[in-house]
Amino acid sequence: MKPAVLTGKHFINGDIACAEGAIAAGCLFFGGYPITPATEVAEHMSERLPHVGGTYIQMEDEIAAMTSILGGAWTGKKTMTATSGPGFSLMMETVGLAVVTETPCVVVNVQRGGPSTGLPTQGAQADMMQAKWGSHGDYEIIALAPSSPQEMFDLTITAFNLSEKYRTPVFIMSDEIVGHMSEKVVIPEPEAIKTFSRVAPDQPTENFLPFKPGPNGVAPMPAIGEGYKVHVTGLTHDEKGYPVMSVDTQAEMMERLMGKIRNNLDDIIMTESYLLEDAEVVVVSYGVSSRTSYTAVDMARKQGIKAGLLRLITVWPFPDQIIKDLALRVKGFVTVEINMGQISREVERCAGYRVPSYLAGHPGGAVVPPEEVVQILKEAF
Amino acid sequence: MGKPALKEVIPESHPHPLEDLVRMDRIPHIWCSGCGTGSIFTACLTAMKNTGIDYNDFAMVSGIGCSGRGAGYINIDSFHTTHGRAIPFATGIKMAKPETNVIVFSGDGDLFAIGGNHFIHAARRNMDITVICVNNFIYGMTGGQAAATTPHNARSSTTMGGNPESPFNLPLLAYAAGATYVARWTMLHSRDLTDSIEEAINHKGFSFIEALSPCPINYGRRNKEKPLDSLKLYHDRTIIKNNADPGELAIDFRKKVILGKFVDVEKPCHDEEYGRMYLGETNE
Ligand SMILES: Cc1ncc(C[n+]2csc(CCOP(=O)(O)OP(=O)(O)O)c2C)c(N)n1
Ligand code: SF4
Ligand SMILES: [Mg+2]
Repeated sequence: MKPAVLTGKHFINGDIACAEGAIAAGCLFFGGYPITPATEVAEHMSERLPHVGGTYIQMEDEIAAMTSILGGAWTGKKTMTATSGPGFSLMMETVGLAVVTETPCVVVNVQRGGPSTGLPTQGAQADMMQAKWGSHGDYEIIALAPSSPQEMFDLTITAFNLSEKYRTPVFIMSDEIVGHMSEKVVIPEPEAIKTFSRVAPDQPTENFLPFKPGPNGVAPMPAIGEGYKVHVTGLTHDEKGYPVMSVDTQAEMMERLMGKIRNNLDDIIMTESYLLEDAEVVVVSYGVSSRTSYTAVDMARKQGIKAGLLRLITVWPFPDQIIKDLALRVKGFVTVEINMGQISREVERCAGYRVPSYLAGHPGGAVVPPEEVVQILKEAF
Repeated sequence: MGKPALKEVIPESHPHPLEDLVRMDRIPHIWCSGCGTGSIFTACLTAMKNTGIDYNDFAMVSGIGCSGRGAGYINIDSFHTTHGRAIPFATGIKMAKPETNVIVFSGDGDLFAIGGNHFIHAARRNMDITVICVNNFIYGMTGGQAAATTPHNARSSTTMGGNPESPFNLPLLAYAAGATYVARWTMLHSRDLTDSIEEAINHKGFSFIEALSPCPINYGRRNKEKPLDSLKLYHDRTIIKNNADPGELAIDFRKKVILGKFVDVEKPCHDEEYGRMYLGETNE
């Protein structure tokens, strides 16, 4: 029996690091369905979960995998699934159910080239907008973008903590390159790992309101069998959880769902800056693309361009304010991402008409070469 | 939303026998008069009560449809999920907390069209859940379109010239997929249905009960079948034949429709096997 936290230095790939992060975070249930390049997460979870008394089940498709982790979550356990583009598409209806029923869970998307079956074995970052808008209806979501195997470990723990804290699904938007690259991953002592579990209700079971927000906008969450006799529905519901088909209830519910994310942006949004203090032009990037973006910034600096990097660790909710503030003092932005323009549109939206914003994109299958970023910086500014 | 009418007419000295299992604050329910779903729901609740199992050890999961509203009226931990996905949700509950008695209460469209894949796989795994299908031969909630259970030639809002397709034989499907308890009753056979559901709850493994049910509004209306006509069919044109060959169970009301318990076998269920092979648990 291996312990939950494999303290020490490891040379492992991002998918395995992600699975180890989940185990360290206290994940006890994984509903899987194989898909390249995320399969290793499921395989590793199937091997590791029994060591910690957890359960792996291979479901019949990604709809079932995603739905099973919601059922599992209501037993009080931390649950997860992992997939790539085609499976992510299948999960989308259930993502909405997770949002509206305020069910904590973690969904890993190791992105590959699309659309459709696309480039199964090659990386892309083209599901970023799907992560935000893929399920129908209006909602806020949390999505993190790890850029290394170490971050696959660290951010998986963060993802669980955020999902438990805000009772919401959290996406880990990785990609084939980070998922399959092997690097040194340092796993700390268990005591040094901060984990958070959902707040359990301390009220009596009678007349309990499972969707009535606590002080931080999030309702304490009971588990099956505790006597709270919760009713959980995907229909518009009141604080009791009962369906009410009224405009007022819809408004209240939406306020609650959006509010708990929108009112806690400072706690949720994580970014990293590199040479931003005196930067005149800002490279915005995330995930694997941020790795080449550091190189691009260094190259630009050598050529006399005052470039800096804003790396998004949290992509959703989008750090509007940070971009808006930067737009007041810089000449413009270049967003580096492996798609034909997704997050660059968000940057453009926040930069407004104040300064220009460009895309250094890629159709998928490889990273954006730093030279290309420098070229755009030169031509544009 | 009307006010809870029932509560006022039931004197406090004689509470409804199922009051402890019903969310009385959600009554009246949405089911039409003449609908069979309520009778099947009553059978389910009575069976749960009869098992003597603590209500906190149950969970009910429904999909979407008129019958899918069941989870909204039962006063236990209950989940009204998405269309077709009650079974994988139930699977998640069962595998994360195996001591829970998980009941899936849903419709024929939900369980066998959009959710058909989940049904066969849960049966194959012998997942220890109880699946109750309200089979009204139609998509009731959406207004009566043809379903995977609609009889050949029957009229529906999408087959006004008669259904060119043929329906599933649900007990045969369940049996072939690996279900270890399979029965069929109608909502009229409330005693048998109740006993069968109780047996199914106590059965270790995947149990499936098909309960035939009239939908006068969206099936009967187009097929010249008044609510009482359906009940007469259930009475006159059914025959109880326990252990009948699942292959003989196709539904044709021009002949006799076979009811009964067809499969009841012991086989290790999924959580037991997983526990034994992966978690070092013994079955004792
Ligand atoms: C993904 C999806 N597709 C379609 C629907 C619309 N829809 C709601 S209920 C239903 C049919 C329900 O039929 P059945 O399961 O037989 O239940 P009944 O109403 O007959 O009891 C459909 C198609 C939906 N809610 N979700
Ligand atoms: S539409 Fe049919 S199935 Fe739905 S409640 Fe009315 S009678 Fe019952
Ligand atoms: Mg139906």
